[in-house]
Amino acid sequence: MDEALVGSLIASTLRVSTPLVLCALAAVLSERSGVIDLGLEGKMLLAAFAAGATGAFTGSLALALLAAVAVGLALSMLHGFACVSHTGDQVVTGMAITMTAMGLTVVLGIAWFRQGGQTPPLPDAVRLAPLFTALAAAVKDIPLLRSIVGAGLLGHHAVVYLALALVPGAWWLLYRTRFGLRLRATGENPAMVDAAGLSVRGLRYAALALNGLLCGLAGGTLVLADNPAFVPNMTAGRGYMALAAMIFGKWHPVGALWACLLFGFLDAAAIRLQGAVVPGLGPVPVQAIQALPYVLTVVLLAGFIGRARAPAADGVPYVKER
Amino acid sequence: MPTPPSVAMHGICKRFGAVQANDAVDLTVAPGTVHGIVGENGAGKSTLMSILYGFYQADAGSIEVEGRPARIRGSREAIALGIGMVHQHFMLVDPLSALDNVMLGAEPHWRLTPARQQVRQRLEALMRDTGLQVRLDRAVEDLPVGERQRLEILKALYRGARILILDEPTAVLTPQETEQLFVTLRALRARGTTILLITHKLKEIIALCDRVTVMRGGRVVLDRAIADTSLDALAEAMVGRRVQLGRPSRAAAEAGAALLEAHDLRWRDALGVPRLDGVSLTLRAGEIVGVAGVSGNGQSELLEVLSGMRAPQQGRLKLADAEFAPGHWLDPARARRLGLAHVPEDRHRRGLVLPFVAWESAVLGHQAQPLFASVWGRMKHAAMRRETAAMMQAYDVRPRDDTLRSSKFSGGNQQKLVLAREASTAPRVLLVGQPTRGVDIGAIEFIHGRLRAMRDGGGAVLVVSSELDEILALADRVLVMDRGRITGELPIGQCTEAALGRLMAGSTAVDVE
Amino acid sequence: MTQPAELPRWMDLVVLPAFNLGVALAVCGIVVAVIGLDPAQVITLLVKGAFGSRSGLSYTLYYATTFVFTGLAVAVAFHGGLFNIGGEGQAMIGGLGTALVALALGPHLGPMLLLPLMVLGAALAGAAWAAVPAALQAWRGSHIVITTIMFNFIASALLAYLLVNVLKEPGNMTLESPPFGAAARLPGVHEALGWVGIDWPRSPLNLALLLAVAAAVGIGMFLWQSRPGYELRATGFSPPAAHYAGIWPRRQVMRSMLISGALAGCVGINELAGVQGRLLLDFVAGAGFTGIAVSLIGRNHPLGIVLASLLFGALYQGGAELAFEIPGFSREMVTTLQGLIVLFSGAMATVAAPWLARLYALFRRQEGGRG
Repeated sequence: MDEALVGSLIASTLRVSTPLVLCALAAVLSERSGVIDLGLEGKMLLAAFAAGATGAFTGSLALALLAAVAVGLALSMLHGFACVSHTGDQVVTGMAITMTAMGLTVVLGIAWFRQGGQTPPLPDAVRLAPLFTALAAAVKDIPLLRSIVGAGLLGHHAVVYLALALVPGAWWLLYRTRFGLRLRATGENPAMVDAAGLSVRGLRYAALALNGLLCGLAGGTLVLADNPAFVPNMTAGRGYMALAAMIFGKWHPVGALWACLLFGFLDAAAIRLQGAVVPGLGPVPVQAIQALPYVLTVVLLAGFIGRARAPAADGVPYVKER
Repeated sequence: MPTPPSVAMHGICKRFGAVQANDAVDLTVAPGTVHGIVGENGAGKSTLMSILYGFYQADAGSIEVEGRPARIRGSREAIALGIGMVHQHFMLVDPLSALDNVMLGAEPHWRLTPARQQVRQRLEALMRDTGLQVRLDRAVEDLPVGERQRLEILKALYRGARILILDEPTAVLTPQETEQLFVTLRALRARGTTILLITHKLKEIIALCDRVTVMRGGRVVLDRAIADTSLDALAEAMVGRRVQLGRPSRAAAEAGAALLEAHDLRWRDALGVPRLDGVSLTLRAGEIVGVAGVSGNGQSELLEVLSGMRAPQQGRLKLADAEFAPGHWLDPARARRLGLAHVPEDRHRRGLVLPFVAWESAVLGHQAQPLFASVWGRMKHAAMRRETAAMMQAYDVRPRDDTLRSSKFSGGNQQKLVLAREASTAPRVLLVGQPTRGVDIGAIEFIHGRLRAMRDGGGAVLVVSSELDEILALADRVLVMDRGRITGELPIGQCTEAALGRLMAGSTAVDVE
Repeated sequence: MTQPAELPRWMDLVVLPAFNLGVALAVCGIVVAVIGLDPAQVITLLVKGAFGSRSGLSYTLYYATTFVFTGLAVAVAFHGGLFNIGGEGQAMIGGLGTALVALALGPHLGPMLLLPLMVLGAALAGAAWAAVPAALQAWRGSHIVITTIMFNFIASALLAYLLVNVLKEPGNMTLESPPFGAAARLPGVHEALGWVGIDWPRSPLNLALLLAVAAAVGIGMFLWQSRPGYELRATGFSPPAAHYAGIWPRRQVMRSMLISGALAGCVGINELAGVQGRLLLDFVAGAGFTGIAVSLIGRNHPLGIVLASLLFGALYQGGAELAFEIPGFSREMVTTLQGLIVLFSGAMATVAAPWLARLYALFRRQEGGRG
């Protein structure tokens, strides 16, 4: 197998998976506390726009990132207001946020930049720089290592490594801290949490706050790392793919990571896998590979490859009994 | 100086709407004793304990805990005072481990590993002290019911409970598990824990308690040391002198043809608790059979199985010459076709579709009949409205507005509407659950009259009610259910307070003789 | 103490939804102002663009036709207690069904036979696409919200594959099928009016409008006049009561979703048979999601849906006109408003209720004091 191909596949997979991983972690935190989040797509999109616009206006990477994260947080708080403080339907709220974001990003984009909704391309100074380039250069003469590690694992921007680090971080938060225990209990039996004297609302808002920060970061990455500018609808369904990855990963941070890597790999490899011949079936069309993450999720939900059990109180607004 | 009582409640009054749930109740519990609180449904014992635990505030009266006046505004304050409660429906998070469940909300450290270590140490000491055994590292969903209950007790003790309230603890336990619980409770008593046991099982009271308070109709009717009373005295106190009241005289019911025969019905719920444990009964034409007993002993499940809403895991049913066994059980539509009608216990959730207007709710279950729906599937609104008007007239449903939403009718009128609907098909067997719950006095008499009329017309009526008065007023023979079994059957002439009380309180027919 | 105020029914049905709609419009107005336009001017131009001319009106109705189909689809599922977010995918596959019938049978049949068959093809295809998520919900308990979202994406991939590999017109680089024959084209309303001597400007408005109206009437009759409709509504309101009444929940899930999918599938009749005359990749263009908004404001009632569809049709048409006339205004403003409507009329529909109730109680008390 072509060594350079392997290296480039690893690199693409990591790059493509990064926003997925961040959103999937966001979804895990939210759903584990009992709040369904269909607004991932919208949050990511509006955050990406915020990053692009702020970067263009201020020329500051830090401010652009800050804007992205703030937007994600604000939308999650809106979600909380509708669903946690009030009894709004969580599915409808998520859809509303996504629909509004899809429109608002283009409206503001055209109004402010007049480039058909795009933000102006950001110069490299405002974008996330590749890291570990020195290390990559050091191994460039070693066969195998240079492609897998050098090209594949090194030279990515900070958020890629951050996302990978956040997975064990999220795991630790959920399973090794008091907060995580309470969060998980809220998603399964909020009445019990309430009876134990804890605030269901507070826990859900906390989960949503983390959710917002992660989604915002994901959105910011799209503009500050991958594409130099915001393009209308640039998330292209990735928010839903992250949701699928969360389900596929059975609501567990590490499971979600593997699912995101798998989906990311499929995305990265789609073009290359196209035309590959499956014995007995013929050449595989690229659209089949593109649809594969969604098909796999449906198969999982149907219970054909193990059981996928959502947190018991997922999607149910909590109303105090007495 | 004598030790003050653990709990002293003086003159507690609590009213919910029209019902006086607690009427000047006094309760004094000595420390380090097991104190039983006995009564039927609606006697007021659950309300009293809920007030002690802070779920409700009393309208009047005062409480002292361990000699000091206490204002208990919520469960946090109750817990702070050393009061712990083990509910009938466990408050546990299934996927988490037993240890995590105990710890939740009172974790000693923000990192779980050190927190779990500390909690484990304390729990193991506690388990040694009390003899309670719980597997701390198993997920709750993998624990059997008895162990879950022990976990609930452990939870309360972990939070420093010196006064433990147990609400109907043996309702879900097997006899062996019950014995085990008694051993645990005795050990706790020896440690100085005060235990308040809410139950309707008189035998348990006698076996375990030091003192007992019997409540009826919101009042205390008996408060004595166990040594100074007997099973019969308790049974009479619980049931009260009501057998002679208001029953129109009638000759003994002639046994007509058997219309429904059920044999050895068995059903276990998801937790493995047997809710129906071998129930057999026969309903004959021209009789009203009453099923008495404290709610939660299988009466609801019995109605569900007989009406076709639930299939038992074992058992047989014969209805109008058709036979049913698990695997091809009766279903509600088939039941109706075979001449069985069902007035469900829960009229809000099951008997009516609340957002439907009256003339739509009035055909619920009968919507496919040719009277109401044409062959092409078109609903015949004129016929539906006509029938509804007739029903409302016959059963005096007010207001006489068939376009009013079902939710807008009062409880009594909703019940009358449901009964009218079920009766209008001239069923041969009528199953009725809690016919007059939440119904005003005038409507009660009316409904009772209708049920008697149905019997006089040759039908068989099964009435399940937690109101003993009602059973005694209506039934020709009385079945008593306890823990999923029929503990006894008495023709109405032989129903004495003592006999009924003991049957309801867990004795079997054999013991009663 | 103030007693818990409850909204009287007329307020619940009219005032609260109007209030929510008003809030959505107000927020949108803020956005308009933020981008430097005059909200009043925008509204005026929008109304003029949507209703001010026969051509504008026709476009409004044409857009509304599609929304009636997707809105009814969401509503039928809602009445059964299910949230069908798969309207987008079901519409795509419905269009595929339309196209397959048109291309396969087009050369052989006349319009009188072909067009009804195309409607059938659209409905069956849409229903089939809804059937799988429905069956998974009914038999395996798979959450229908998630499965229908997944199926939207799968539909998009399927359509893309077919257009690229199977249906593409040879020699044509754009992703579209060969054109349907003349027999497979639904006449435009301007044509039909021409037959009776009325002169009407050309527009995409076509006879699918009649199909939409018929569908609205038909669904209304189904829900409130038929026994299956009665059973569906009972199930949606109270699954335990439905169980008691001998209604099988699985059958209701399948029934509601199949009808829902069939309705969404009819979008293909309006867009493909009526306008495009060929199968395109992106002919649905978010109409499935607009259907959700339409159903929410229309309170899941056919009449409300028709009115809401007109509203959204007006917004789309007016928005298109505005995009022409005012530089800096984009059609996505309508999408934004749509999202805001779903937010305020759907997700936060009851947030304002206690406040309105308190206002009402205050008002009543004042009236009582004066009286």
